[in-house]
Amino acid sequence: MSADIDLMNVTIRFGDFTAVRDVSFKINGGEFFSILGPSGCGKTTILRTLSGFQTPTSGTVRIGGRDMAGVGPNQRPTALIFQNLALFPLMSVADNIAYGLRVRGIGARERRSKAEDLLKLVALPGIGAKKISELSGGQKQRVAIARALAVEPQVLLLDEPLSALDLRLRQLMRAELRAIQRRVGVTFVYITHDQGEALTMSDRVAVMNHGIVEQIGDGPTIYDRPATPFVASFVGENNGVSGRVSKVADGFAEIDTPLGVLRGRDGAGLVQGEAATLFVRPERLRPAAQGLIARVVSTAFEGHLTHVALTAADGRTLTMSLGRDAVASDLTPDAAICVGFPAEEAVVLREEDAR
Amino acid sequence: MTNATLAIFVGPLVVALGFWLASAIERRRTGDSAQGFIGRNGAPVATFLLIAVGFWTFAMIVWPQLYMVDYSFHPKLPPSQRGGPKDFYTLVNYRYFLFGSPDDTSHWNDTHLHAFWITIFVSFVITIVNFAICYPLAYFLAQVARPGTVRRLMLLLIIPYWINEILRAFAFRVLFGTGGVINGALIGLGVIHDPVDFLGADVALYAGLTYAYLLIMMFPLYNALESLDRNQIEAARDLGAAWWRIHFDIVLPHAKPGIASGATLVFMLCAGALAAPLILGGPKTLWFTPIVYDRFFQAFNWPQGAAYALALLAACMVFVTLVMRLFKVRLSEIAR
Repeated sequence: MSADIDLMNVTIRFGDFTAVRDVSFKINGGEFFSILGPSGCGKTTILRTLSGFQTPTSGTVRIGGRDMAGVGPNQRPTALIFQNLALFPLMSVADNIAYGLRVRGIGARERRSKAEDLLKLVALPGIGAKKISELSGGQKQRVAIARALAVEPQVLLLDEPLSALDLRLRQLMRAELRAIQRRVGVTFVYITHDQGEALTMSDRVAVMNHGIVEQIGDGPTIYDRPATPFVASFVGENNGVSGRVSKVADGFAEIDTPLGVLRGRDGAGLVQGEAATLFVRPERLRPAAQGLIARVVSTAFEGHLTHVALTAADGRTLTMSLGRDAVASDLTPDAAICVGFPAEEAVVLREEDAR
Repeated sequence: MTNATLAIFVGPLVVALGFWLASAIERRRTGDSAQGFIGRNGAPVATFLLIAVGFWTFAMIVWPQLYMVDYSFHPKLPPSQRGGPKDFYTLVNYRYFLFGSPDDTSHWNDTHLHAFWITIFVSFVITIVNFAICYPLAYFLAQVARPGTVRRLMLLLIIPYWINEILRAFAFRVLFGTGGVINGALIGLGVIHDPVDFLGADVALYAGLTYAYLLIMMFPLYNALESLDRNQIEAARDLGAAWWRIHFDIVLPHAKPGIASGATLVFMLCAGALAAPLILGGPKTLWFTPIVYDRFFQAFNWPQGAAYALALLAACMVFVTLVMRLFKVRLSEIAR
């Protein structure tokens, strides 16, 4: 069972502070949907609104087509996995998992078999009798997932649950979460500030900043076709050069910058004369016969890639990431080189109004 | 009394020697590199600490209590005959407590035994009432209220306790007396025509005792509830638990050590309260501590007073232990 979620013009204010600003989007049933953004962008507030702990100041939330106004957290078809997991330390693992069933008045025998089934689902069979304090970080994670799934929610809400784990475990759990989601088919709404997590696990990602949704799309769209300068710079590394649009034609835009006229895809339906920024990914920059003149500051070897820090003519820092076979011997510090990029690999976006 | 003086000064030395021996053994076990108590603090400080702690535990706590125990098993004698041929160990004081006579065991000492049970029973009820009053308030302060509200409410709770116990008890007399504020208000409102004797009915006493130990329940409870992660409450709620279930399944189990220490303190202090029963008790009030007081200072029978006090202490300790066993609380949890 999975349910779709519909947010319509949701605004949430705390006193003078607007945490979420007129947000509308739809999450499909059975989808793995991530909300990505820096801390304070309103993503956790949206999650708490979906789970029922927060009431929107205005707007409507529908889950499975049903208006959630006035429906408490204990009556929603959602289950929340807390950032610190919030497992009950005084109960055993099995009692934790079966707690949602116990409050629904389900008998002890059924609870026990359900808990055991769920422990198998999260690959921890037979640890039901253990105490929470005896579990490792990754095991606690899985128990929290099992506890949330026990109540057969139609929507599972996850509040950065992997942030407490170390890097290796985090990567393992990403794959695990994705696999569990495929197996149970429940709608997952996943909150994170880690773009890697969002891009690897999700069917679609919503990027949020300052209480508004900047862009919604699948991973490649967010990465390759950012809709706003914020998305371009928040998701992945990017080199940004600001200037003024001098020419728009055939889906491409030219902008006048301190580094000369640069050309890239028109990502925002630009008009001549507008303030705009051209973004080009470090892995798209290449040493070229002609283009931007820059000075090498340093090179950093990272296995499959070598990152070259450059200073452009106006003093701004650019980064170029090269594959192993593309690294040339002339990239020594202080060397002057020429870098370029194909126009279709760069995107020109309208400068945001000063908020 | 030379024996007593000797005990006061030799006792701490014995304790200090014990500490020194313990640290020597610890050093031998852990090897020379590990520093013992004396090595860590330096000989002068360590000696001072050992003697001070020894003096405190022995001279101020252990010795007087032992003295009272010893006293309770002696007959009442004028000072000149103590240690003489008439001074021997006897159960006469305990016999008097149970049967109201030094040697006749045919009748129970109804008055004193009744007061004894009433004291324990009412203290138990007051402990429960205190818990019932404090739990919602402590929960509100610890989990719901904003920091500013918490500070203000705490101040409101604490300030009345600046007033000393006797003055507070007299204030309750003024409130509950036949010409008091409450009777005046009830008559003024037309609820009653003749004043109710709250003092005679012990209402004032029970209210006064409840109020006197409210904070002693409040603070351990508040501390215990404050340490509960709010996400635990929200997680239970999210999993579908109704509010009363959350309290029974999550909040109360977490707060159990705090409840146990608050309840133990309130119960013990209540059963041993003296000022409130003396001031707020009516003419027929039965409370055990004034009886103990009378043994000492009206009957001038110190051995009997000691026996009475110890009987109360023992009964309270047994009772608290039983209740703790019932709720599966360990002593170590209370001290947390």
